[in-house]
Amino acid sequence: MAILMKGNEAIAEAAIQAGCRLFCGYPITPSTEIPEYMAKKMKKAGGTYLQAESEVAAIYMVYGAGAAGARVMSGTSSPGFSLMQEGLSYLFAAEIPCVIADVMRGGPGLGGLGPTQADYFQLTKGGGHGDYHPIVLAPATVQEMIDLTKEAFDLADIYRNPVILAVDGILGQMMEPVEFPGKYEAKVLPAKTWAADGCEGRPKNNVISYYLSSEAGEADNLRWGKKMAQMQAAEQRFAELSLDDAEYAFVAFGTSSRITETAIDMLRSEGVKVGLFRPISLWPFPADGLLKRVPQIKGWMSIELSAGQMVQDVRLVVNGRAPVGFYGRQGGMTPEPEEIVAAFKTQILKGGVRG
Amino acid sequence: MKTVFAKTTGLTDRVFHYCPGCTHGIIHRLIGEILEEMEIIGQTVGVAPVGCAGFCENYFACDIIGAAHGRAVAAATGAKRARPDRIVFTYQGDGDGASIGLAETISAAARGEKLTSIFVNNAIYGMTGGQMAPTTLLGMKTATSPYGRDESMGYPLDLPKLLAQVKGAAYVASVSVDSPQAVREAKKALKKAFQVQVDGLGYSFVSILSTCPTNWGVTPVEALEWVRDKMKPYFTLGELKVPTVEGGGKE
Ligand SMILES: Cc1ncc(C[n+]2csc(CCOP(=O)(O)OP(=O)(O)O)c2C)c(N)n1
Ligand code: SF4
Ligand SMILES: [Mg+2]
Repeated sequence: MAILMKGNEAIAEAAIQAGCRLFCGYPITPSTEIPEYMAKKMKKAGGTYLQAESEVAAIYMVYGAGAAGARVMSGTSSPGFSLMQEGLSYLFAAEIPCVIADVMRGGPGLGGLGPTQADYFQLTKGGGHGDYHPIVLAPATVQEMIDLTKEAFDLADIYRNPVILAVDGILGQMMEPVEFPGKYEAKVLPAKTWAADGCEGRPKNNVISYYLSSEAGEADNLRWGKKMAQMQAAEQRFAELSLDDAEYAFVAFGTSSRITETAIDMLRSEGVKVGLFRPISLWPFPADGLLKRVPQIKGWMSIELSAGQMVQDVRLVVNGRAPVGFYGRQGGMTPEPEEIVAAFKTQILKGGVRG
Repeated sequence: MKTVFAKTTGLTDRVFHYCPGCTHGIIHRLIGEILEEMEIIGQTVGVAPVGCAGFCENYFACDIIGAAHGRAVAAATGAKRARPDRIVFTYQGDGDGASIGLAETISAAARGEKLTSIFVNNAIYGMTGGQMAPTTLLGMKTATSPYGRDESMGYPLDLPKLLAQVKGAAYVASVSVDSPQAVREAKKALKKAFQVQVDGLGYSFVSILSTCPTNWGVTPVEALEWVRDKMKPYFTLGELKVPTVEGGGKE
């Protein structure tokens, strides 16, 4: 049976259904429904909602709980996500599974409360120090938020890596009909034999993130590099719309992909053969899927709620073989489909942009 | 032959990396002995700081989580909330617990987190080579107060005194390890702190005045004298708060 649910609440409910029993967070708009839902429901589920004194503390509470083997998550919005970057770097290095939702709002600075996708660089290029990447999943519907949240917990456990749900403020706040338990089927997971949860009956475990020698440091980094390569090989996700006969393609994720779908309908009604490539994993960026379309596409265009961040990844894959344009709105504004159509015509059809 | 002293099973066989005359080692031994005596080695999760004790996972026989600088109490909070059946402690320097992690320390106390923090106050940043700490005494020369700490750099923070005001802190003690008698008293305080956690009474915190002969630029013996002559008169000592029956603490 379908029920109406807000995106943020859907994430929280899906997390509880996925076995998450500890949520540590600090309230920030437009993600507050996540902690509020957790505060309401965790107790009944036999878990704990823990309000941290800051996002800095929240991410290290997640760190400690994850290190002790728990399924744990936090949810925040851009300024809070910035405060979590050091922690994400530590989580990666200590190989601690966890799920963090970033419900993106305007920036830089305190910014506004409106939706953006302007944390893309921070999400996908490693906002903290060192060579690392969390897995970053970007849903485009409330139902997909449920399925990806559940999957995120499994991916975190499989790779012992933080997994981030990249959600823009519209998706977090939007209500849509959804089905529980959703489509995702839980995977068989490795036992957490590495966890620091009391060494009774086994040798002691340490969950740490430093190395004493540069040689050991390089060895660790090479091992993590292999793990990231594995994730890049196995976890690229994307969806395609109207691409089979397409001569042109938009690239967009989350809310901007949904607005772009309307722009595609408008262009198709004018006879322009255009489709959509929608990254679902922002990291790993679905380069392989996009590359397959490169020979066929005469012009690309990235649509984002930012000044143009993902477009750089698109250009890396297209690598000069076709023009790659960009259109976006910032600061909490969203483009109308008409604006996208107009920008596409000037930049791609009239050849205003060189890749 | 009668055994008069044995190394505790609460510590591993690794040789400490601490400098000669550094009392981090004594404090480690006391904690190891308590884990052994209370028979909780297998049920305990320790959280290491960033500081000279940042490698203590090599020494404690229990599981250890290594936190970022200042975040040990937050990590310990997560571990304890995830596994309330476990004994969780943090081992932190004065920079870790009273400067970069001050918000975490006070907030955990305010929430009455059922964990134990061991706060090793050597009035300096040992690990990074002897810079000024929040606990550096007025007049004390460090790498970043080369002419001596003056009032424009603020006053040394007496953290246990502050924490004793916080309702959720059930046990707060301030001790030293500068003499055999002081070591015995420090051990008693540490044991009480762990017991308060076992009894689920709230946050327990033990501050221990400690030496850093290397960065103070003195001999080990002079360092102990310095603790007695300079630190003990400034920092409040003793049991500053003990548990009441209802939980929380009483001054
Ligand atoms: C975020 C961050 N800032 C600064 C440092 C550098 N740092 C490492 S240890 C330390 C101070 C340690 O002093 P204290 O906590 O008193 O411990 P001690 O070494 O004296 O035992 C500092 C500033 C760091 N590792 N991380
Ligand atoms: S630098 Fe100071 S605190 Fe660190 S081990 Fe040496 S004496 Fe101890
Ligand atoms: Mg110190």
